[in-house]
Amino acid sequence: MRLMLSGKATCNSHGQDSSYFLGWEEYEKNPYDQTRNPQGIIQMGLAENQLSFDLLESWLSENQDIAGFKRNGKSIFRELALFQDYHGLPEFKKALVQFMEEIRGNKVSFDPNKIVLTAGATSANETLIFCLAEKGDAILIPTPYYPGFDRDLKWRTGAEIVPIHCTSSNGFKITARALERAYQEAQNRNLKVKGVLVTNPSNPLGTTMTQAELDLLMDFIIEKQIHLVSDEIYSGTVFSSPNYTSIMEVLSKYEKAEVWDRVHVVYSLSKDLGLPGFRVGAIYSNNDSIVAAATKMSSFGLVSSQTQYFLSALLSDKKFTKNYISENKKRLKKRHASLVSGLQNAGISCLESNAGLFSWVDMRHLLKSNTFKAEMELWEKIVYDVKLNISPGLSCHCSEPGWFRVCFANMTEETLEIAIQRIKAFVESVSRGHDKAIGGKKCLNINLRKKFSKWVFRLSFHDREAGER
Amino acid sequence: MSYVLSNGKPLLSQKATNDGHAENSPYFDGWKAYDSDPFHPTQNPSGVIQMGLAEHQLCFNLVQKWLENNPEASICTKEGVDKFRDIAIFQDYHGLPEFRNAVAKFMGRVRGDKVRFDPDRIVMSGGATGAHELITFCLADPGDAFLVPTPYYPGFDRDLCWRTGVRLLPVVCHSSNNFKVTRKALEEAYAKAVEANITVKGLLITNPSNPLGTILDRDTLREAMSFINEKNIHLVCDEIYAATVFRQPDFISIAEIIEEDQEYNRDLVHIIYSLSKDMGFPGFRVGIVYSYNDAVVECGRKMSSFGLVSSQTQYLIASMLSDDQFIEKFLLESAGRLATRHKDFTDGLRQVGIKCLNSNAGLFLWMDLKGFLKESTVEAETDLWRVIINDVKLNVSPGSSFHCSEPGWFRICIANMNEETTKVALARIQEFVQRNGDKLNRKEKCWQSDLRLRLSFRRMDDVLRSPCSMSPHSPIPQSPLVRART
Repeated sequence: MRLMLSGKATCNSHGQDSSYFLGWEEYEKNPYDQTRNPQGIIQMGLAENQLSFDLLESWLSENQDIAGFKRNGKSIFRELALFQDYHGLPEFKKALVQFMEEIRGNKVSFDPNKIVLTAGATSANETLIFCLAEKGDAILIPTPYYPGFDRDLKWRTGAEIVPIHCTSSNGFKITARALERAYQEAQNRNLKVKGVLVTNPSNPLGTTMTQAELDLLMDFIIEKQIHLVSDEIYSGTVFSSPNYTSIMEVLSKYEKAEVWDRVHVVYSLSKDLGLPGFRVGAIYSNNDSIVAAATKMSSFGLVSSQTQYFLSALLSDKKFTKNYISENKKRLKKRHASLVSGLQNAGISCLESNAGLFSWVDMRHLLKSNTFKAEMELWEKIVYDVKLNISPGLSCHCSEPGWFRVCFANMTEETLEIAIQRIKAFVESVSRGHDKAIGGKKCLNINLRKKFSKWVFRLSFHDREAGER
Repeated sequence: MSYVLSNGKPLLSQKATNDGHAENSPYFDGWKAYDSDPFHPTQNPSGVIQMGLAEHQLCFNLVQKWLENNPEASICTKEGVDKFRDIAIFQDYHGLPEFRNAVAKFMGRVRGDKVRFDPDRIVMSGGATGAHELITFCLADPGDAFLVPTPYYPGFDRDLCWRTGVRLLPVVCHSSNNFKVTRKALEEAYAKAVEANITVKGLLITNPSNPLGTILDRDTLREAMSFINEKNIHLVCDEIYAATVFRQPDFISIAEIIEEDQEYNRDLVHIIYSLSKDMGFPGFRVGIVYSYNDAVVECGRKMSSFGLVSSQTQYLIASMLSDDQFIEKFLLESAGRLATRHKDFTDGLRQVGIKCLNSNAGLFLWMDLKGFLKESTVEAETDLWRVIINDVKLNVSPGSSFHCSEPGWFRICIANMNEETTKVALARIQEFVQRNGDKLNRKEKCWQSDLRLRLSFRRMDDVLRSPCSMSPHSPIPQSPLVRART
């Protein structure tokens, strides 16, 4: 039967054999619950923002008119049910761009006519790549990066990703050398480089890009005459200094230049507002052709009119947005501090970060050897024995073993505290040499191990190749 | 705006710059005319009436009443807000279980409960538009082809081909036998593909048909099943108009045919569904891929990440479709109102000698204006179409945009207006036919070429992205370009 389906259906470019997703599967089988399953696995692999729902709920209670499809007391159900215009609800686009401006401290202005609405950032990223690249083309992405990109950017588009290797030696910052090496690698693989895609603030690092990095990127894309996509879906999660600088701020200096048309931003409300279920994504571009093409392509994944309407009312409420943005940051900052200090007490350090819903945790000292195999072994212990689902650096294409992404905003404070206690206990047991971990669980995990081995081999082999060049 | 960089390389992908979006078809030109002069009973009574949009607007009052009586179905009301958090974070591509259960039940109900649907085979997508693209990505590779009987919905050219690289090959049907899909026509189309060295991956049928408004009979469905089994190709059945069947004969879903013969290979059969037509909810983007093939369900589910249904909408729909009493009433009422509207139009058209294909479903009529053409050519059809838009002031869709092999057929949508507008539309047609019956074939060159120029200008405008225009009907501006898809 497999022969009867398309190549896309039968390959695994969807990337779902990755440990990133396998850990979730294990979590699904044995999920932690404070009362019903206190011994279960705590989910720390999901970058969700669950800290500020009360703010949304209280806004709803004060704005009941919006609920039930009403506007000024009158039902607009019919209009919303019929509204399938791929240009999107104008009041929603206006409110959305204003929200994006507010997040950037009003240092940039966005034109609602240049925004394209899509079903989540997943769809936004894919659509943008459909517009920029095809089979035989490559997009350069700094490592470590969000595992979902392998699916979103490559699967159905046919494009390739070539990593820009970043290392802990300089806090994983992008360097000119790394950019050049990646460009060269693409050439060696006979791929045409169409652009660079960065996530700023970074997933999984939780850091914001420095001015130097942004300038470097601009110089690079100008020189190579390629595109730059800046995935800014975490822009509203910057909770401490340095201040956030969006690529759009940098771009404002290049208004008359050719590069003006080649810088694009991806946004979403899944992280900043914590609404991943509503599937609200966006592409922003000065390039008219891209906006036109992407708008037509958005037909394949429009935002539900019901959702657009609700959000246009929410985001138009400036009092709400101002309060939300600031309160959300405060809570993220506090939560981040709890995790970092908790890990510190266990002798584990994190990459210094000022944004995101996670920390990039350094567990290199806990590895048996400086290999990805050792990283996988450690990860297994953490999932099965410590009972925490965290994301191993390998799944994020990190070139150094021993780093893990740990999410902190998708649980209660109590749960986070328990997670920290578990880690502490684990580290203590390791240092006492009481490593009971893998032994007894071997047979249970045999299928999982098989999946890992195949996947680890495939991934690390490729990455090693890249590193050797 | 240049498409080429200064180093000579292309700035964008081919997909971004080619015509694969299929929006340069004349199907969309009529809307542009409507857009610039839309009818309104009081503010613009001589404007163009929109009859190119297959929307179901006849039952909103029923749904509105249900919403008022069920505030907890919305997570934004005080009755429903306790669900807000859980629903807002729910992005599982399996979809809310209650949503899948409700949709499966509804699909069965629409088919008279003659078949049962398995909720675990339901895959979400961004409307039927997204569903069609998704299933094509799962079943075919670039360069492969799907056979599709003509006339067919113009949006397929975009949905199945644009980003997938797959092509559509017509299975030509004729009015001589009411556009029946014959085995002979299927075999001919297949043979042609083989000769041209094109790999056929499947057959796509729309049942009930857009634009015909007819349903496929049991023999045709069995013939289609036997054909695809013999050739070992897929069968994709677009059943998005299933609940618009308003009178006998009863609708027969491919789901029923599958049960008839154990020899049929179920792995080849897939159904596309949506709530856009049956319920009248195109704005909510509820598309469904239902496949009997486990591998397709699995792959499709992963792909659905690119177009999941908003959880807020899933929750609302789950609630609504689970209300058996409401649904039963809705389906009955909807069929009744569609039947009445259908009769009003067919009677009115018959009075002036205009016949329509005998139909019992859909939101439109397939009108026979062959007798009004000066010659049986696409050009003559296009000329007549311009007369209808410019003189009669109705936006209708010419058969050629549906790839119809015979000139002279037009699709007019009849369920997207109120009764008052219905009367106005009919009166215009009747008056026009009576006034110009013998003059219809005369060439009216001057204003036709004006219209041609105006339309070409607007087409270029849209390539460069023209701003939305406000519709006098609704507070929410509408783009004809999207509405043109249906």
